[in-house]
Amino acid sequence: MNSNLYALIGLGVAVSFVMALKGLSAPKTARRGNLIGAFGATVATVIVFFDPSIEEGHNTILIIAAIAFGVIVGVPAARKIQMTQMPQLVALFNGVGGGAAALVAIVEYLNLGETASFGEVLATVFTVLVGSVSFSGSVITFLKLQELMTTRPVVFPGGRFVIAATLAGALGTSGWVISSGGTTPLLVLAGLSLLFGVLFVLPVGGADVPIVISLLNAFTGLTVAASGYVLQSTLLIVAGTLVGASGTILTRKMAEAMGRSLFGTLFGAFTAKPQAIAEGGEARTVKSGSPDDVAILLNYAQRVVIVPGFGLAVAQAQHTVRELADLLAEKGVEVAYGIHPVAGRMPGHMNVLLAEANVPYEQLVEMEEINPTFPQTDVVLVVGANDVVNPAAKTTPGCPIYGMPILDVAGAGNVIFLKRSMRPGFAGIENDLLYDVKTTLLFGDAKDSLTKVVNALKAL
Amino acid sequence: MTTMAILTIFVLSVFVGFEVVSKVSTTLHTPLMSGANAIHGIILVGAILVAAEAKSTLETTLAILAVVLATINMVGGFVVTDRMLEMFKGKGGKK
Repeated sequence: MNSNLYALIGLGVAVSFVMALKGLSAPKTARRGNLIGAFGATVATVIVFFDPSIEEGHNTILIIAAIAFGVIVGVPAARKIQMTQMPQLVALFNGVGGGAAALVAIVEYLNLGETASFGEVLATVFTVLVGSVSFSGSVITFLKLQELMTTRPVVFPGGRFVIAATLAGALGTSGWVISSGGTTPLLVLAGLSLLFGVLFVLPVGGADVPIVISLLNAFTGLTVAASGYVLQSTLLIVAGTLVGASGTILTRKMAEAMGRSLFGTLFGAFTAKPQAIAEGGEARTVKSGSPDDVAILLNYAQRVVIVPGFGLAVAQAQHTVRELADLLAEKGVEVAYGIHPVAGRMPGHMNVLLAEANVPYEQLVEMEEINPTFPQTDVVLVVGANDVVNPAAKTTPGCPIYGMPILDVAGAGNVIFLKRSMRPGFAGIENDLLYDVKTTLLFGDAKDSLTKVVNALKAL
Repeated sequence: MTTMAILTIFVLSVFVGFEVVSKVSTTLHTPLMSGANAIHGIILVGAILVAAEAKSTLETTLAILAVVLATINMVGGFVVTDRMLEMFKGKGGKK
């Protein structure tokens, strides 16, 4: 293919990525934006086979087979995944992307051999280091979110020294690669970087995991840009930089929405101390009620606020909760949903879930607007949420969620928690509100409990 | 390409990247992250380029592995983003 035409198509693809990100920033255009990006990516994948710099036909069949295999693995995974598991899938996809970037850099390095320029070696070292961190870090976030390992921060004695030593080792090895070249130091670098990725994410508490995913995502973008430099591909430079830059902004915005300090999240690894677990948990008593109790409380309320959380998503109870809300509305009760920006496992999780059940958009009220209304609210129904209503965020300095804005449900007349068990939430912190005198607990799966409440309400 | 040209492209892309997402609403944080994640799957292009010029068996093996991983990242990423956004369909405007 003519190299000008090839470059021109590449430019078109780069523009499609800008449009994709722009589209994804607004609800109306989001879906179209994503499709534009997918289209651009497909075009780029097809035309790269006509890249003027590559030898025609070399390994082509093998490459196409590899792509087909990737599609066979990736598409069903993305299609079958449940709404609740999407964040960890995104983490995993990000990880394999980072791994791919690291591998590309290694292969190109082997290929260039002695002819690599200083700049190329530097970019290779950056890609291998950051790509490997992104890969192993993402795998750990996946394990945490999938609850294959503890969601609490993992901190061990002297941990921060081990982490600092690993990082220093990785940086030292980078210098070694740059000064002496050769394959061995590069592989040592990859190994140390993988280890650092694991150690970096282990001390991050459950609530901060989405921020880390977003950050690793931005990292992977930058490695793609660095690969673009080595491979002389403007498209990779532009696309990678776009993701790196927008990902950084997004990470900051997410951290703000959660009231977390980005610095604290990132360097938690170096400062984390083993946390004191709230004492006296089992000594205190809670008040648990029956579905009938809950139905009665709701029936005689003037105003009810429903606070959904991850439990709602797990139980797939969005339709049932809507049924309950409709029933209450028929009985003349004012119903609103209090949406914490980070309820669930990712920002916007609840909006997406409730939209699926066709809950009217006007009923979804954001945290800043709903908080002043709690004193006028008779009953707050917390469905599978915990951390986002935990007053410890305000009252207990030093606890992992301290400083996170919360829904002030304690101001309401009654609080009902639908919970599976007394287990603390994702962040692993005890919630004092559960022991409050105005709190009633209804144990069980959110969907079952809601169905029972709906039936009890109908019978009243 | 000269280093200056690359630096220019890089810096301008940084500003475009900052600018395009500056007004995103909280609701769209996750789909946007997922979409950006799919976009960096474009490393597939790089993986194909190195696979097409790989000489030794080691290079070919690593490059092909990179192609597989990058494809999963790109294709899976776009599909999963679309699924997240499916939920927004039919909201807003008319019901």
